[in-house]
Amino acid sequence: MATETFIWLLPLPPLLAFFLIVLFTNKNKALSHGVAVGAAALSWLGSMIVFIQALGVEEFGKHVFESTINWLPTGETWLQIGVRIDPLGAAVLFFVAWTVLMIFIYSIGYHNFGQPAGDHDHPGLPPHGATITDAHGHKHTVPSVEPMYSRFFAFIGLFAFGMYTLVVSNNLLTLFVGWEIMGLCSYLLIGFWYGKPSARNAAIKAFMTTRIGDVFMLLGIAWLYSYTGSLSFSEIFRPEVLENMGNTMAFARLAHSLPGVWPFLSGFSVAGAIGILLFIGTIGKSAQWPLHVWLPDAMEGPTPVSAMIHAATMVSAGVYAAIRMFPLLHADQSGYALTVVAFIGAFTALFAATIAVAQNDIKRVLAYSTISQLGFMIAALGIGAYVAAAFHLVTHAFFKALLFLGSGSVIHGMEHGVLHTGNHHVDPQDMFNMGGLRKKMPITFWTFLIGGFALSGFPVITAGFWSKDEILADAFAHGHWAVFITLAVAAFLTAFYTMRQITLTFLGEPRTEEARHAQETPWTMTAPLVVLAFFAVTYGWVGIPEHFPLLGGLVPNWFHEFVGSTLAEHPEAAPFSPIPLLTSLGVALGGLFFGWLVYRNVKSPAEDKLQIPVLKNKWYFDEAYDFLFVKPSYWLAEKFTYLFLDRGVIDGILHSVARFSLFLGHAFRNYFDKPVVNELIGDGTANLVKTSGQKLRYIQVGRVQSYMLVSTFVLVLFAVLYYFLLA
Amino acid sequence: MTFLNQHLLTLILFFPLLAAVIVLLLPKGKLSLIRWTAFGLSLVPFALSVYLWILFDPAKSGFQFEVQYTWYAALNSTLHLGVDGLSLTMVLLTTLLTPIAILASFNISDRLRAYMFLFLALETGMLGVFLALDLLIFFVFWEVGLVPMYFLINQWGSEKGDREMWKGAVVQARNYASLKFMIYTMAGSLGLLLAIQLLGVLFQTYDLPTLTGKWTALEGTLLGLPVATVKTVAFWAFVIAFAIKVPVWPFHTWLPDAHTEAPTAGSMILAGVLLKLGAYGFLRLVLPLYPAESAKYAGALAFLAVMAIVFGAFASYGQKDFKRLVAYSSVNHMGFVVLGIAAAAKAAGTLDANIALNGAVLQMFNHGLSAAGMFFLVGVLYERTHTRNLDDFGGLFPLVPVYGGILIFTSMASLGLPGLNGFVSEFLVVRGSWPILTVYTAIAMIGLLFTGAYILKGIKQVLHGPLNEHWAHGEHKLTEISPREIVVMAPLMVLILVIGVYPAWILEIINKAVMMLF
Amino acid sequence: MQFPFLSVIVFLPAAVALVILLYKPEWKKAIRWTALAAGLVALVLSFWVYFAYDKAAGGYQFIEKYDWMPMLGISLHFGVDGMSVPLILLTGVVMFTGVLISWGIEDRPREFFAFLFILASGVFGVFASLDLFMLFFFYEIAVFPMYLLIAIWGWVRTREYAAMKLTLYLFVGSVISLIGALVMYFTSGQHTFDMLVLATAQFTPEFQKTWFLPVFLGFAVLGGIFPFHNWSPDGHVAAPTAVSMFHAGVLMKLGAFAALRVGIMLLPEGAKFWSPLIMSLALVNIVYGAFIASVQTDFKYVIGFSSVSHMGLVAMGFATLNRDGMIGAGLQMFSHGVMTALFFAVVGMVYDRAHTREIPKLGGMVKPLPLPAIGLIVGSLVSMGMPGFSGFIAEFPIFRGIWGTERWWMAIIAAVSIVVTASYVLLVARKVFFGAMPAEFEGHISPINVFDKIALVLLMAFMIGIGLFPALMVPWVQTGVDRILALLGGA
Repeated sequence: MATETFIWLLPLPPLLAFFLIVLFTNKNKALSHGVAVGAAALSWLGSMIVFIQALGVEEFGKHVFESTINWLPTGETWLQIGVRIDPLGAAVLFFVAWTVLMIFIYSIGYHNFGQPAGDHDHPGLPPHGATITDAHGHKHTVPSVEPMYSRFFAFIGLFAFGMYTLVVSNNLLTLFVGWEIMGLCSYLLIGFWYGKPSARNAAIKAFMTTRIGDVFMLLGIAWLYSYTGSLSFSEIFRPEVLENMGNTMAFARLAHSLPGVWPFLSGFSVAGAIGILLFIGTIGKSAQWPLHVWLPDAMEGPTPVSAMIHAATMVSAGVYAAIRMFPLLHADQSGYALTVVAFIGAFTALFAATIAVAQNDIKRVLAYSTISQLGFMIAALGIGAYVAAAFHLVTHAFFKALLFLGSGSVIHGMEHGVLHTGNHHVDPQDMFNMGGLRKKMPITFWTFLIGGFALSGFPVITAGFWSKDEILADAFAHGHWAVFITLAVAAFLTAFYTMRQITLTFLGEPRTEEARHAQETPWTMTAPLVVLAFFAVTYGWVGIPEHFPLLGGLVPNWFHEFVGSTLAEHPEAAPFSPIPLLTSLGVALGGLFFGWLVYRNVKSPAEDKLQIPVLKNKWYFDEAYDFLFVKPSYWLAEKFTYLFLDRGVIDGILHSVARFSLFLGHAFRNYFDKPVVNELIGDGTANLVKTSGQKLRYIQVGRVQSYMLVSTFVLVLFAVLYYFLLA
Repeated sequence: MTFLNQHLLTLILFFPLLAAVIVLLLPKGKLSLIRWTAFGLSLVPFALSVYLWILFDPAKSGFQFEVQYTWYAALNSTLHLGVDGLSLTMVLLTTLLTPIAILASFNISDRLRAYMFLFLALETGMLGVFLALDLLIFFVFWEVGLVPMYFLINQWGSEKGDREMWKGAVVQARNYASLKFMIYTMAGSLGLLLAIQLLGVLFQTYDLPTLTGKWTALEGTLLGLPVATVKTVAFWAFVIAFAIKVPVWPFHTWLPDAHTEAPTAGSMILAGVLLKLGAYGFLRLVLPLYPAESAKYAGALAFLAVMAIVFGAFASYGQKDFKRLVAYSSVNHMGFVVLGIAAAAKAAGTLDANIALNGAVLQMFNHGLSAAGMFFLVGVLYERTHTRNLDDFGGLFPLVPVYGGILIFTSMASLGLPGLNGFVSEFLVVRGSWPILTVYTAIAMIGLLFTGAYILKGIKQVLHGPLNEHWAHGEHKLTEISPREIVVMAPLMVLILVIGVYPAWILEIINKAVMMLF
Repeated sequence: MQFPFLSVIVFLPAAVALVILLYKPEWKKAIRWTALAAGLVALVLSFWVYFAYDKAAGGYQFIEKYDWMPMLGISLHFGVDGMSVPLILLTGVVMFTGVLISWGIEDRPREFFAFLFILASGVFGVFASLDLFMLFFFYEIAVFPMYLLIAIWGWVRTREYAAMKLTLYLFVGSVISLIGALVMYFTSGQHTFDMLVLATAQFTPEFQKTWFLPVFLGFAVLGGIFPFHNWSPDGHVAAPTAVSMFHAGVLMKLGAFAALRVGIMLLPEGAKFWSPLIMSLALVNIVYGAFIASVQTDFKYVIGFSSVSHMGLVAMGFATLNRDGMIGAGLQMFSHGVMTALFFAVVGMVYDRAHTREIPKLGGMVKPLPLPAIGLIVGSLVSMGMPGFSGFIAEFPIFRGIWGTERWWMAIIAAVSIVVTASYVLLVARKVFFGAMPAEFEGHISPINVFDKIALVLLMAFMIGIGLFPALMVPWVQTGVDRILALLGGA
């Protein structure tokens, strides 16, 4: 089968798995995860085949795999959709396939497959553990299996489908489809334990916040489509198209009507405007400031989900889309677009890092570090470091997935301890309840260590070093000082809080009984850790700059060549300079060292000097948004729109019309019909009847005249009316 | 066979009426017999319209399967029927939803024959509007459709609830709703009626194709006024009549009342088909008869549409009553239809207009599916719990997982999740109107955002949350959705998915029709 | 010399009335059956006339002429055209159903039926006669028994008052038009009351302008034209069921019809001149009647005033003097006839059982009285001009007629009445038949008998039949209208 056709099939297995599980196998746990993992494996296999074939193609950037079909009839023309794997796509496909597969496998262990059903577990709540009696009649409390085990695999299956669709699509529309499907899944998975109020709120928060971005993105797509008449990358990124878009002013009319009022806006070219609209989608999806608030709360979901959303797929998808749109942003003549991107990225990188320093929940730290790392990528993109951004995207995906799964493993281990002591008040996620876990959970420890070092950019051996270093180098080389410095500081903080985390979690002595009874997790969880750890180290080596001292040129800078070829004109690798190198060395090692130094014998949050309220409370963004947007919108919805506008004003008007017509009826009857037309005559007649009984003979004369008088009077009235008005 | 092919439309149109009479003649007590007969007979028009769909040739321009019978010779009004892509889609929707709605109302046992009679009669009424090529006939069916719905609402509607109109004037909610629905629509149609009379006097014909040509060509003075003025007035008369039906803000307040009080199946048809009559009126009459005026006032129309989208979403988000929440979502969704129509009116003939109109028509169909589904699901819950108050629910997911799944699926369709039908049409509308009505489209996005808000609110308030003890056991125990009810939902869900994934099969028909409309 | 249908139709009821008067009062059964038989025969004959009428040929048919008072030029001259043929049928229908509805009359049924039939004879006579004098003659014959029927069998509380009022209005009205008629008789110089001749008399425009108004309005009083409408609601309320049916169903048409025949057809110029005034009066009828009806709480008053409104449409139709309007008016006369007949029949049924007509006091009647409920609903739909029922078929052309005149804006005002009517008829139907039934009625509401059922079904059949297939009546009316237009010089 031709590769093009083959690519169409990549996303399907997980989707199939979803339907199979939902419709048929949901009763049977083993079958369900079998189907799900099998599907993931299939997609993985397919992806690897495609990837290898891609490597085999000469000048792959020029001869990409692409195939399209007609989808929507629009007038005489059709809107086409299709699949496309180009270098960038291939690179992304590679890490997606791996991480997804690992996460699927990991989930089996994480949800305690094979364990007994819980004593009082409900669907919608995390399992509380089950009591079993061993051969000697001793009662033990052991982890219990997730009540909605099958459903979980169905959801992540759908999720995987969304991600694959997004990666293989050759156009913005299907990309958006995958994008939104992932949005749905993140909603379903974050709210997986919908029994917890915190979880269901987090789910809605995540969906709504990202949807803000999506709405703008949709506009961007609509604009792009109506401007270029197509949505497929190969069409919209044709140089002449880009040039045209880059040179036309987007808000010409606006700028003309209010000259000088919006110099910034009026500077935007169509390309820039569309680019920014699409980029806002990324801001939402990749949790960049100011739409970052949903991501930390998303920790409510099961850990594999966190890994899925935060590392492997969803947030990466945001960055991926931004990288995809790079040509568009780049085409903006004013350069504003990229400036915006760079600013958002750099700011987020630092901003999130500062928060991460003060978090005690092992997963929240990672969450903020994710935001911060994504900031790195976005910033890189903003300064035009296309390849560097992509490179960091890939490496980060590996080590962050590793870290999340690792943290999940830690939590799992801690839960063992909690179940053992039976003290459910101990939060198994709070790092201050841990300590000394390196002995209890060696595999987790070593893999986590690798991940942590990669995240901090521990020189030379870790992937994180190479990618982060390239970003700094680029920033430096192109003289983006502000970005360079901001990122450097952020990098330092990264190393710092990472080491803080490692120290608090694994080093020193257990600080609680639970930590003392923690135990290593089953192979289904540790094996993925090992695999990911492998990539967290090695993947960096495919992107070593030629001119790097000693190592440079030993292995070709494959990644730069390969991914770079995606663009029309091949980007230059940044020339080597010692300053950024030293900087990254400095910040990484320095950060790690200080992190260890400060926290090596901190026993409790009280002793933690960095628990600064403003950082601990994430700069109060949640509170601010709640006050500024959430509450007002609900007031607007219920009080204003429904009660005041609809019930009050509009219905009020309708009702008053009804009242008025009734009033008219009464008026006619009581003030004209009865007194004028009726009484004058009626009474006369009635009296007459009373007096003269049935004798008709006498009646007519007088009374009739009196009657005729009135009627003729009215009549004359009308005759006059007619003469003067109608005739 | 040839007979069938020649009188296909006539059969589709009047078979339901025949069926209604048959149902009326069945023995009173035999409930299940009545139900199954009604259901079985209602499948016939569906089968016929599927057959029609197959025979229909999208490539051919103009109307197909035309038939013409004399009706009111003195007024030169004939029973002139015909279909093009627009009406075909709507006919399919109607004939599809009616059996589903009948199946959905199998739990009704009070005066069942009358109920089924009205339902089938209603189907004829709605089909008539879609099939009519004669202005007077159009109006006839347009009005007739009100009657069955009026009685369905105030006879089989929800017994509970009152509504205070003004100090001291408290009426039973369903009576209020039904009368409001009927009178509001009739009052709205007055202008239409008068305009139709005027047209008849002018041209002594009601045949739409002929009328369109003569009326648009008309110039000079009329009734002592310049024709332009008369046309403008007549234009608004038409617009208001249809705007009330759609409904467009600020004429929408009858809708939440009617939908909320109507019996489940009634709401399904109301939202599924009746609202489409209004939009269809825009497409079939307003655009062809008033091209100039439509273009001129497209902005105003778009404004109202956007108001409907935004305020519809807001109002829906502000609800505590589940059914009312869904009802307002209809306002929000139909807003997109009107937005598309407005865009098309403004830039008739361009590709953008074409796309916008494709979107609008498809949105009509899609909303028919999802809204009907949502109302049915609300009904399923109401039938078991006898409450629609969102605060009484929550944490039902563990009790009714299957129902929950179906509810989430349908909600997502109405939220416009890509991969399901709603997205395709909304995307087309947005895409089409963006270049034509940029600012309005941008504002409409607020509505799109809040669509998410209220849908999620609904799901959260109903399904999510800690296990709901009140409905968990005892006489309140909530029972899972029954096979019959799943059968009701199945075709809707399948179509929602199919159109979402591969819309071309239906969009091609629509597209061709839209291209011929200009 | 073919069979003298018209004279049979006209005189049969009177003859039967006399026969009935010969019966002993105790023979109630016999009386009823005789009445029914007579009613049936009249119905069949009127059907026959209706369908035997040759639409293609048009003009006056079934003509019979017998000298009566040659020296005065008065002759017994019968004939029907497209305008009167539906009314003959209407009278037949109402008479038949009236008998059926009055089956339960226990109080002196002999006299009751006798008077009813005399009334019927009078009505038939007016519709059939082509002789001006005879027209008046039958007219008075029709009005007189009305007085007795109401005064004797009517609603105790108001019957004298109402009967007297009704008689006053109608006599005065007819007197005025009679004067006009006599003037015509003398001015024409033809020494004949034959309307066919008078129609060709070429009265001068001035003459026509002067005399049209009295003649037209004199008759229009019976048609309930504003401001002379007031006798009618009171009369309805007081009259026993069958009489109300006759009264609203047929008698008011008598006025409208005579106004057309004598006013418009004999004095076309006058009609043209005064049509704006007539239209304005009619417009008031339409709107004013509807609004007043909407606030009545007495079941019969509601219908009484709705009749005022609907008869306004008839007058309006005639006054437009164009094809559409007149066709509409002709149809409206029939449609409104059967509709009000049905309404009053239903009211009677409810009243006989609940002994109140106060709408707020009623409720939930649908369970014991399903058929009347359906009847009332169908009637309501007709009266709100719902398409698919005869009301729409009739009102739509009338409105078109208005659009055809310079006073098109009247159509817009008149249209308001449609909505008002809709709102109140729907409310009445719902309050009387649906909702909860008041406790005191529980078990006291006996089902209706088979005669009532036949009556209701027959009346409904007409309304729906014509509504769905206008061709069942429109062509007849059309031929009549074409003749009138010819007289108006194709106005």
